[in-house]
Amino acid sequence: MTPNRMSQLSVLPFTTILTVFTGLPLLMVVLLSFWTFDGLEYRPEFTLANFAAVFSSPVTWKIFGNTLRYAAITWAITLVLGFAVSFYLVFHVRNLKLQIGLFLLCTIPFWTSTVIRMISWIPFLGREGLFNTGLMQLGLIDQPLEFLLFSDFAVILTYVNLFTLFMIVPIFNAMAKIDKNVIEAALDAGATGFQILRTIIIPLSRTGIALGTIFVVTLVMGDFFVVRVMSGGQSSTVVSAMKNNIDQMYYPQAAAMAVLLIAVVLGMVATILRVVDVRAELAK
Amino acid sequence: MHSETNAARVSRRTMLKTLAGAGAGSVLGAPMIWAQSLKDVTLMHVGPSYSIFEDIAAAASADLGFKVEMQNAWTDAIMARVVSQPDTIDIADLEFWAMQRIWRSQKLQAIDTAKITNWDKIIPLFREGRNFDGSDMSRQGTMPFEVQFAEGEGFASAPNGRATMMPTIFNADTLGIRPDLIGRDVTSWAELLNPEFKGKVALINVPQIGIMDAAMAIEARGDLTYIDKGNMTRDEIDATIAILIKAKQDGQFRAFWSSFDESVNFMASGEAVIQSMWSPAVTAVRGRGIDCVYKGLKEGYRGWGNGLGLMSHLEGIKLEAAYEYLNWMLTGPYGAFVARQGYYSSVPETTKASLSAEEWDYWYGGKPAAVEIKDPFGTVMEQPGRSRDGGSFEDRIGAIRCWNTTMDEGEYLVQRWNDFVAS
Repeated sequence: MTPNRMSQLSVLPFTTILTVFTGLPLLMVVLLSFWTFDGLEYRPEFTLANFAAVFSSPVTWKIFGNTLRYAAITWAITLVLGFAVSFYLVFHVRNLKLQIGLFLLCTIPFWTSTVIRMISWIPFLGREGLFNTGLMQLGLIDQPLEFLLFSDFAVILTYVNLFTLFMIVPIFNAMAKIDKNVIEAALDAGATGFQILRTIIIPLSRTGIALGTIFVVTLVMGDFFVVRVMSGGQSSTVVSAMKNNIDQMYYPQAAAMAVLLIAVVLGMVATILRVVDVRAELAK
Repeated sequence: MHSETNAARVSRRTMLKTLAGAGAGSVLGAPMIWAQSLKDVTLMHVGPSYSIFEDIAAAASADLGFKVEMQNAWTDAIMARVVSQPDTIDIADLEFWAMQRIWRSQKLQAIDTAKITNWDKIIPLFREGRNFDGSDMSRQGTMPFEVQFAEGEGFASAPNGRATMMPTIFNADTLGIRPDLIGRDVTSWAELLNPEFKGKVALINVPQIGIMDAAMAIEARGDLTYIDKGNMTRDEIDATIAILIKAKQDGQFRAFWSSFDESVNFMASGEAVIQSMWSPAVTAVRGRGIDCVYKGLKEGYRGWGNGLGLMSHLEGIKLEAAYEYLNWMLTGPYGAFVARQGYYSSVPETTKASLSAEEWDYWYGGKPAAVEIKDPFGTVMEQPGRSRDGGSFEDRIGAIRCWNTTMDEGEYLVQRWNDFVAS
């Protein structure tokens, strides 16, 4: 068997899975978004009405704006946290065993399910929750803080809680590959800590940052469950609006929105990949 | 009620014996095979969480001698399955308004009401579209009677013996409140929008139902009068959503709930003190020892009804089994089960026989509990001396002012509802 044939064979299972379980359903969604729907069944007649309805509605832009806002804020916070944690692990923890130990510590919350980690914030942040009761008993506040739960704050907090690890792992990985001699040389040449950070560490971690960004942004853009539960249904994202349409059997608008969302996310990922050549960097 | 089914089975057996005794070999063959293979039938009943119970499936299977399986899904998911995967369902358990959406798909077959033994005992609301005293009921939204009888792809306006679904359970929905946290009497839907409860109000996040609860409140407050709250015009939807957006921006709402347990937790944790609610959720909150009342309000209730539909693919022996199952569902155990979470059965007579006298007086009579009242799962949810709010069965059902529905402008409504949620 030629090496070429071997590699073809080794990607075959994954290709099959991707084609059957992602490619075909996606193709269906795209097709359906152009089909006519009489409230009951689809007819394969081409129409642009679904897209016209989606594009002409100000709600679409509002919820896309809201979704992007969540993605941007979550991205910024997880990036700072992820970078700081990785930086500490790679450059301050000298002992390799301790380094690995601390890194594994970061993954402990992931031993429980996402849903449980999310739900457990509710009794903590609620009006009569632990945090509010604690503050009131300490005499710091008279009235419970209402903004803690069922708010943008709660949504972002949960996103950060759930998704920071997706930033830590790739950045840690990229930083760990940085040759310590380069930093030594910079120090010998009289560079300041900030100069080293700006001219060496950040540029050399950019693959990790790019990958982490892709993870976090796509996770937030595709979420509806966190936003529904943590905003108490008071905030809407693209997917939660799609869910409302699907629940009432109004599929075509949902399909059109799905296609639009895929286009936006693909656009974002493509931009990131253009800025950072992840493939070339990973091959190093 | 058991005796009734037993009697039916005995009579069949007796009939077979009689036929065998007569030596009618040619006639004998057919029913023998029929009786033989009835045991092998499996019926798949798909319904919403408040209607699907393992205990009931087990009891039905034991009584009927063939297997009944139950699956739980949301009404919308069941509608979608009836239309696109009809073979995966035998008995569709749907809200009546769903008929407006899916009857024309012809995936359900009409039920011959002559084959339903207790059909004439079903309350007149379903059979004739009338109140108990013979007066007219509100037709705002989808009153079940409007879609009760089938005529081709549409609906007959008078009873014709061909039912779209066999009515099973129904209720008059209202607001749930926490009297201990409110500290005064609540008598009107308008309280939902009362700034006194700012930040402590929750609505159901199902556009078609949420907007009707809001409309009850808006109408009660005197802002708008609807021609039909259950079938709003675009202008009415716009006006309603505008009021809701204003209220939301003023911080009136604490949350919108999308699942049963969310509604229970909002109420139990005190995040909401007044909200849209289902009767079993009130029972669940009370079961935790927290005071929660399903408050009867002066403007009346929002009603709904569920029924069982026969899928078109049922035929021969499976269809016979399905009819036996439908008949069984009206014999009492099911009605008693749902009664204990505050719902009513379409045939109160058989339900009464399956409930204790104290339970009947509490749930249907609206009288103070004579003993501890338990929910279907055995948890005490009411102490002696207290009564359910809103009075008797007849009082509550008679005060229904609108019905769960699907609106002609449904797609527009969902769009505006998304707008409201995103505002």
